[in-house]
Amino acid sequence: MKTTILSIAMTFFALVTFAQEKNKKMTFDVNGKCAMCKERIEKAALGVKGVKYALWDIPTHQLAVIMDERKTDAMKIKTAIVAVGHDTKELKATKEAYESVHPCCRYREDNTDDGADH
Amino acid sequence: MNKYKVVLILTVVPWLIFSQEKVEGIIVEAGNSNTAGLSGANVYWQDSQMGVVTDIEGRFSIPYKKEYDRLIISYVGFESDTLTIKEPKTIRHSLKASNELDEVVVRQERDAIQKAYFSPQNVVTVNSAELLKAACCNLAESFETNPAIDVNFSDALTGTKQIQMLGLTSPYLLITQENIPMVRGASQAYGLTFTPGTWVESIQITKGAGSVVNGYESISGQINTELVKPLTDTAIFVNGYGNENGRYELNTHLNKKLTDKWSTGLYVHGNKRTQKEDDNRDGFLDAPIADQINVMNRWQYQDAEKGWVSFFNVRFLNDEKQVGQVNFNPDTDRVDRNRGALSGAGVWGGEIDTRRFDTSLKLGYVFPELPFQSIGFQTAYSLHKQDSYFGLRSYDINHESIYTNLLFNSIIGDTRNKFKTGLTFAYDGYNELVNTTDYSREDKSAGAFFEYSFENLEKVSLTAGLRVDSHNRLGTFITPRFHIRYTPWEKGSLRGSFGRGKRAANIFAENQQLFASSREIKILNSEGDVYGLEPEDAWNYGVSFLQGFNFLGRKGNIVFDYYITDFRNQVVVDWENPQEVSFYNLDGESKGSSFQVEVNYELLPRLDFRTAYKYYDVATDYKSGSLQKPLQAQHRFFANFGYKTKARENGSQWKFDYTLHSLGKKRLPDTSSNPVAHQLAAYSSPYNHMNAQITKVFSNAFELYMGGENLSDVQQSNPVLGGDNPFGPNFDTTIVYAPIMGRMFYAGFRFKI
Repeated sequence: MKTTILSIAMTFFALVTFAQEKNKKMTFDVNGKCAMCKERIEKAALGVKGVKYALWDIPTHQLAVIMDERKTDAMKIKTAIVAVGHDTKELKATKEAYESVHPCCRYREDNTDDGADH
Repeated sequence: MNKYKVVLILTVVPWLIFSQEKVEGIIVEAGNSNTAGLSGANVYWQDSQMGVVTDIEGRFSIPYKKEYDRLIISYVGFESDTLTIKEPKTIRHSLKASNELDEVVVRQERDAIQKAYFSPQNVVTVNSAELLKAACCNLAESFETNPAIDVNFSDALTGTKQIQMLGLTSPYLLITQENIPMVRGASQAYGLTFTPGTWVESIQITKGAGSVVNGYESISGQINTELVKPLTDTAIFVNGYGNENGRYELNTHLNKKLTDKWSTGLYVHGNKRTQKEDDNRDGFLDAPIADQINVMNRWQYQDAEKGWVSFFNVRFLNDEKQVGQVNFNPDTDRVDRNRGALSGAGVWGGEIDTRRFDTSLKLGYVFPELPFQSIGFQTAYSLHKQDSYFGLRSYDINHESIYTNLLFNSIIGDTRNKFKTGLTFAYDGYNELVNTTDYSREDKSAGAFFEYSFENLEKVSLTAGLRVDSHNRLGTFITPRFHIRYTPWEKGSLRGSFGRGKRAANIFAENQQLFASSREIKILNSEGDVYGLEPEDAWNYGVSFLQGFNFLGRKGNIVFDYYITDFRNQVVVDWENPQEVSFYNLDGESKGSSFQVEVNYELLPRLDFRTAYKYYDVATDYKSGSLQKPLQAQHRFFANFGYKTKARENGSQWKFDYTLHSLGKKRLPDTSSNPVAHQLAAYSSPYNHMNAQITKVFSNAFELYMGGENLSDVQQSNPVLGGDNPFGPNFDTTIVYAPIMGRMFYAGFRFKI
């Protein structure tokens, strides 16, 4: 039974991974706190070649992207995001990049959501 | 064989060169020896900016630096592993399948409507709170608190307010209702009064060229009205209004959510004026005796999961107006041209009866997996019948209209580069009878459009649109329109635009106030396709600068606008001879320029101040020479104060609103050839017009309001020229430059649950 489930799961993964989707939808965590962060994060993500759509949600800190898998992957997007100062689950921004963000966006010190104030 | 060698060498060479600084390898699945590598796994250095994803074969290559020593390998559906790596090397690592998913793909909820934040177009949105500042009563009157639009009386009889933008009257605007052209053709004169104010959810005013999506007709701007939606409007809404001049209005909305996906709304409006009002004692009604019933039913279908949105509307309107002398009785005093006078009493009057049926269907589909891609389809049918007479003249028009638009939205590359493209089909059938002359015609057009927009969320955004239309009277022509926005510094926004507009002028429908005069109507050209006249064709250019600021800790902004409309051809409406009105093709120049400066500032907490100064220079080459547009105030000043007390928890609060319009002198049409008694000065005198309103909100469910219009009690002393002999040669009700009604108070209530 377990092997059946596993093989079904594997088939599914194989489908997902081997078909390089033109419009791959993906959501992952990006740290930030306000509308300025949102603009910065979305801009960085859209700056990666192959990213078609980027929407960062302030309350959930989720970045939804649609990308062309033949041209890019999630790690490349995350690399671009940490470069402008926003931490992801895997990659973390350098101290310099983090300090380049506007003082009101310093999510590491105070991670409350203040999207409404900006 | 040789090919493989080359590939092998090419693959190996970079490894040799960079092998000192990289960690490379393959990620496979544990306990599954026969599979290839895991593709799409994350490989990254802990707390670093360095990460890669394995390729289709499960291979990766990640730069190595001394500062990093922990390499994390993670993949959805597998347990993450952390490897300690002290030197560049090649590794083979297997991941164990896990039952937990540590990266969940969250289904994202989409907004029903997405709006661009930094629009390259100069758009002013009037929301419902702003609309409540001037409680009366229909769309035409909704612009009193907004300096982008000027509101004037169109004539001395019908009480109709006419709007202007950039110094041009409403026919030069594209007026749409939920992006379907609405006030056009036969409904041009009174169409705005056929949308009750309570039906309006918001209004978007675009100055200048505007978008190509909704057609080629707009010249100086576009006004779009969003109506209340069954899904979001309150379940029950009742509004009653009455004023001291005997106008009563009643609005009711009933909305019901039928299922998850279906909602419906029924909107009923009625207004009535039975009281005969002749405040200035000139023997003529200051405002018509009127009766309107207006019923709309909307159906809304929304399936956010599958991405479908749809609206279906049906509307029926019946509007009756009686104008003219106070003691006019249509049953006995109507003069029938064929049979002669009914009573012979010589009482002048008229009636305007309008019936209108509208139906429209909108279908929108947003691709669930691609939120940036959508298809929209809209189709509308309307039948407008106006039967009217003004003294001896009769004017009947039936206008049947079909409009269809198919629209596809998507992106090029990414969401910074968007486009809209589609097809438009329009049909207008006019049955028009001016006295006994038949001017019936049919207009058909088909067109295609493409609009590209660029938005990089920062300095620059632009919209460039082009449409090609083929019209049986206007010919085949292209309409380019372009908008750009540039942010030179923080809170500053510089906009520029240019664009073309072309239209067939419906000279009688648009100028029907001229029927209520003894002027002889003349059309001086005969070769053209529309009433013998050429279509109107104009270019509009504009620049605008917006600067937001913080002064004494409060927010404000200042806007400078400068727009020019340059007519290639215009149907000139020439009433410089008091005995005639003539229509002819422009021979020479016709140019309208407008300058506006507007300041918005929060003076004190909850006290908002808005002020504007406007200057217009609208000059046209008439047969008698270049003249400023008649009845146009070249200088206008506007101020509005709005104050709200702090709202209590149940929503109760007071709201105060005050608006001042200061109008400079206006050039009056030439009356020098009239007998001295019927001559007017060359210019009217300037005046101030003030409105104020107080609203007491008792709770979220109930509020009362009362207000006054024309508080300074300015009145035009002689709105009807030659009124002593209305069937005589000097009768003219069209030269109106100041309010006809004096000071007037009103009150009303709103109830909603």
